[in-house]
Amino acid sequence: MQAFTSHDGVVAALDRANVDTDQIIPKQFLKRIERTGFGQFLFYDWRFLADGSPNADFELNQPAAAGATILLARRNFGCGSSREHAPWALADYGFRAVIAPTFADIFYSNCFSNGILPIRLNEEDVAELFHRAAAATASEAGQYRLQIDLAGCSLQDTDGFARSFEVEPFRQRCLLEGLDNIALSLRHTDAIDRWEAAHGMPPVAAD
Amino acid sequence: MPGPRTLLDKIWDDHVVCTPEGENSLLYIDRHLVHEVTSPQAFEGLRLAGRKVRRPEATFATPDHNVPTTDRRLPIADAISKQQIDTLRENCRQFGVRLFDLGDADQGIVHVIGPELGITQPGMTIVCGDSHTATHGALGALAFGIGTSEVEHVLATQTLRQAKPKSLEVRVEGSLPEGVTAKDLVLYLIGQLSTEGGTGYVIEYTGDTIRSLGMEQRMTVCNMSIEAGARAGMIAPDAITFDYLRGRDFAPADFEAAVARWQQLPSDPGAVYDRVEVYRAADVVPQVTWGTNPAQVIGVDAAVPAPTDFADPNDQSSGERALAYMGLEAGTRIVDIPLDRVFIGSCTNSRIEDLRAAARVVQGYQVAKHLHAMVVPGSGRVKRQAEAEGLDKVFTAAGFEWREAGCSMCLGMNPDTLSPGQRCASTSNRNFEGRQGKGGRTHLVSPAMAAAAAVSGHFVDIREWQYR
Ligand code: SF4
Repeated sequence: MQAFTSHDGVVAALDRANVDTDQIIPKQFLKRIERTGFGQFLFYDWRFLADGSPNADFELNQPAAAGATILLARRNFGCGSSREHAPWALADYGFRAVIAPTFADIFYSNCFSNGILPIRLNEEDVAELFHRAAAATASEAGQYRLQIDLAGCSLQDTDGFARSFEVEPFRQRCLLEGLDNIALSLRHTDAIDRWEAAHGMPPVAAD
Repeated sequence: MPGPRTLLDKIWDDHVVCTPEGENSLLYIDRHLVHEVTSPQAFEGLRLAGRKVRRPEATFATPDHNVPTTDRRLPIADAISKQQIDTLRENCRQFGVRLFDLGDADQGIVHVIGPELGITQPGMTIVCGDSHTATHGALGALAFGIGTSEVEHVLATQTLRQAKPKSLEVRVEGSLPEGVTAKDLVLYLIGQLSTEGGTGYVIEYTGDTIRSLGMEQRMTVCNMSIEAGARAGMIAPDAITFDYLRGRDFAPADFEAAVARWQQLPSDPGAVYDRVEVYRAADVVPQVTWGTNPAQVIGVDAAVPAPTDFADPNDQSSGERALAYMGLEAGTRIVDIPLDRVFIGSCTNSRIEDLRAAARVVQGYQVAKHLHAMVVPGSGRVKRQAEAEGLDKVFTAAGFEWREAGCSMCLGMNPDTLSPGQRCASTSNRNFEGRQGKGGRTHLVSPAMAAAAAVSGHFVDIREWQYR
């Protein structure tokens, strides 16, 4: 898995609450049997008009979001379907981090499986970020950037905004080191064997 | 001696394999259910890493999301759907996983066939790459949805990495009024809790209202826990649970010994939940969603709310977007909303009791002109049972289409979809934008409410229905 240590990137501001995974990646694109290539379908029904041309009104299609790698949204981001195609699409499109007041549980853990850092900030801080993003977009800069440091659990801009955030230490370590979760768990095969034996199960067939 | 424990505590404690220093626990997984959409990349991951499935006998697979619900003897027209279903077949063959394939008498929606075959049992940990896995919690299991990377992890290790979730007791007291079903109850609860009220929690539904529900109605309630943000919902097993399971294909051989074990599962008196919410069944009326998330719901006797009715600015902006998408005006009475389509099906409401309830309403009536209505049974077994009872005849005589088992228009991955602008009364679980087809407008209701709407061409209050 791709590690995440620190990141400096452009923020795309998506001022919506309850963005569900059906919107992040609509069902017509779930038929692929690969993990790759989903970025082109990210937010498809919002990003494109019925004739397939880009919807200029949609936040990601605006110049302020060009090359964005950090997504800013309102609360309960990623609710609904468990489809991991959602973080696959976000990652494939180029996003490395998502900031919101709250995330749905399954989406939140799916992010960590795919090298995406989901950051929870309180509603006031998220509102402040939306405010700053809008101001930067209207200014000469045209875009808003944030710097994220996972080891120190901090994020900041170059204009005085600095906050710390919380991540479960185990998930933080896995992401910092880009660990293979399955390999990590397979180190405990003895304990799994013992659990099964204690629950009256026959041993698994040896290789 | 540990103090009094909840149902969640007991299942959790029994399944912790180990908690290595500085890491989350490894939780043993008893049953793993697999479908065609969220599994191909997991099997491919195993192949690439040269890993095998640790306990193939603990995993059960069926194609459901993508399958056509029309004549199964015909080849699948959509080449990509076919490839996904073929891939599941090949993966199950290669890794030794039991598959209830298309054409198998027991194929069906994964959350319908698990309980129906007795694969789902009290006290188990059950996962599936699908957020409605919470359904299985109705039998007193800890069941929740996972992502594809976690599917691969479970296949390889038969465990999951988990931090223990918090517990939320949702207690419902009193009798449900006449005409009010489990679906109305759970929609009402979601409306009260909000779409994220249960985030971070496992819900245990308790109280005499819940205890009086039959097994299939309990499944309807647990099924939609995720719509309130809770990854799992559960109900303590009791005599209703045991009677339901007795004699099912995969039920334990020594059933009475199993029952004795299962009777130890309910929460101990004095067990403490992290949070408790209490509701009165008498407050629930038949529910209809008006927006684009399941918490945007209201009684059938009310009118579409205005965004300004909400205190929270997020709710206001969501409400505005929802009304625009749904093509609705605030103040419109729910019973005045006209409909184009009716869908009876999905893992929420496609079991035999759901179909009986809908058929009872439809009996002696015709589907409204210009309205298209379909019934999609949850499994091959449900379909055969319904046909044995003559329910299919009731539906087809009224003008409904009677289909083969699958997810169908719950998510419209197969050809069953809404066209842009079409308005549908649906017994499924999600009214998200585009869920049933791009531009489609979904209103979630109970099977009886959907059936009455099909006949009337608009919503009606089922409490006033003239049964024939
Ligand atoms: S019926 Fe709908 S919600 Fe249930 S598993 Fe199928 S697609 Fe998911």
